[in-house]
Amino acid sequence: MPMSSIEERAKKARDKKARFGSDVDLEAFDVEARPHSEVGAVEDLPSEVKKAALNVGVSLDQKSGGTYIQMDQTPVMARSETEGIEILDIAAALQKYDGLKDYWWKQVMVDQDKYTADVAAHPPAGYFLRARAGASTVFPLKSCLYLGQTNLNQRVHNIIIAEEGSELHVITGCTTPSHVQKGLHIGVSEFYIKKGAHVSFTMIHSWGKEVEVRPRTSIHMEEGSSLSNNYICLSPAKTLQTNPSAYLNGPGAKASFNSVIYAAEGSLDLGSQVYLRAPGCSADSVARAVSVGGDITARGLMVGEVPDVKAHLECVGLILSEKGRIYSIPELDGRCGGLDMSHEAAVGKISEVELEYLMARGLSLEQATGVIVRGFLDVEIKGLPDSLKEELRKITQLQELHGGA
Amino acid sequence: MEVFKLLEIEDLSVSIGGKRVLKGVNLSVGEGETHALFGPNGCGKTTLLNTIAGIPRYKVEGGRIVLKGVDITEKPMNERARLGLGIAFQHPPAIRGLKLRDLIKLCNPQANPERILKDMDLLSFADREVNRGFSGGEVKRSEMAQLLAQRPDMVMLDEPDSGVDLENIKLIGRAINRITDKEQKPSKRTRSGIIITHFGHVLDYMTTDKAHVMLEGTIVCTGSPKEILEQIKKSGYEGCAGCLCPV
Repeated sequence: MPMSSIEERAKKARDKKARFGSDVDLEAFDVEARPHSEVGAVEDLPSEVKKAALNVGVSLDQKSGGTYIQMDQTPVMARSETEGIEILDIAAALQKYDGLKDYWWKQVMVDQDKYTADVAAHPPAGYFLRARAGASTVFPLKSCLYLGQTNLNQRVHNIIIAEEGSELHVITGCTTPSHVQKGLHIGVSEFYIKKGAHVSFTMIHSWGKEVEVRPRTSIHMEEGSSLSNNYICLSPAKTLQTNPSAYLNGPGAKASFNSVIYAAEGSLDLGSQVYLRAPGCSADSVARAVSVGGDITARGLMVGEVPDVKAHLECVGLILSEKGRIYSIPELDGRCGGLDMSHEAAVGKISEVELEYLMARGLSLEQATGVIVRGFLDVEIKGLPDSLKEELRKITQLQELHGGA
Repeated sequence: MEVFKLLEIEDLSVSIGGKRVLKGVNLSVGEGETHALFGPNGCGKTTLLNTIAGIPRYKVEGGRIVLKGVDITEKPMNERARLGLGIAFQHPPAIRGLKLRDLIKLCNPQANPERILKDMDLLSFADREVNRGFSGGEVKRSEMAQLLAQRPDMVMLDEPDSGVDLENIKLIGRAINRITDKEQKPSKRTRSGIIITHFGHVLDYMTTDKAHVMLEGTIVCTGSPKEILEQIKKSGYEGCAGCLCPV
């Protein structure tokens, strides 16, 4: 798509409201981001960035396959430590690869809504990750999108490409330091997972109380490829709405979505939609939500377009306080015969029988509740390397996560 | 010599959801003793054990429960457990995300989960979620493993042998003997137990000192476990109802 046409479509969609989530007034946020200077090494990053990254499980001091750090609108670090893995800031990638013609705005629609349009209408910042054919990351690539300027509209556009037979593990933390309460984060991510490639993408969010968040993600999957997409939201934003789409276009593609959501306040509207378009494709989506006062909408949509596909949805929620809401919407759309789709949804309180069981072993009511909630959030995530599994486990077991429990 | 009463149930009446289930139960278990509790389905055996454990929906309407000289009738479940009470539930729940190994550590931080699980032939279940997808026999062995870690002074076993194959009944019987100090000389035994069983197979592998028959919420007979079990096998619980032997 020529740049002019992108701009045109963006302009037309400038006021187009999103299908889900409350409408955010884009004018209320600052466009001008204070620039930051590039850093040569992780050691040189401001300690507040490192600390914030650690809070979302991204330990920058530990060995990683590569690193991308963005402060506000400035990519301050983009570096690969792994042969065959390319990490660039997106502006550099656009320049190097002639506008990334096959990828730029090819999966996410520019005019999907005002948020995508807003990203398209401004100079791009974000990352370009590519695993060359057959390459693989032993250590996960770590990235951190840091919103450190109060009231900024942070716009991000990422392109992730896993070439044939490659294996890519990415962990991204998006966060605000404690002093930034207000802001907007719009993140467009376009994934291209080619034949036989495997991608695990783990996103951990932790936001200030007045931050609005609108990620826009779309994933193209080819024959025999697989995806493990994991989303963990530690502390709620004011509002957050995301509904990534995966298109399983090649035979035998497999997608797995896992979300762990814990909301003490705020309004979260999360989901995933998977389109199974070739025989032998399969998908599963597991959402575990805990509300201790927050308002959570957990969506899930599976669309079976051809025979011989399999899909399963699971939305399970616990409401642990008097107030709070969990709205679970599992949807199955089978568009032909010969497919197999199912879902499981439940919203409720902690089972008394489970509490009694643990109390009979000597645990207090509070301890038993904590054990059950931690277990509930400890989703078994497939397709991750062990090091990342351990890291994720630590995140979901964080004490602060269970403060209300 | 007077045996110290580890557990004393005095004139206990209990209702569930407004319905009276236990009607004046008297029972005492001495230190080092293990008692069997027989009775037809629905007579109140599980109610008695769950009430002693302190499950809130079992409402005590009268009487009291004394453990090691302490009146626990009104105490919350976890305090009873800390005082030395343990229970193997008839139908324990599965707990999502909690590994059996971690539950053993919760029962007793000093316990060695690997050794205990190996003893119960459950080592390969250490990282499985508690009771999730376990067979009937595996659930019962998992209960035993937790009690081996907890080491209660007074243990209550609600049908630990139901759904268990003969091979594993032996294993469970041995575990019960360990939990109830039966591996010690009689004079050294300090731990006690109550076991509910329908078929009595497990009794072939463990030592019981006394048996009681419960009918319609009261204990109607007390005596030697072998004798009572034989009577029940011969003439059923109707025979017990017709028998006027004094308690």
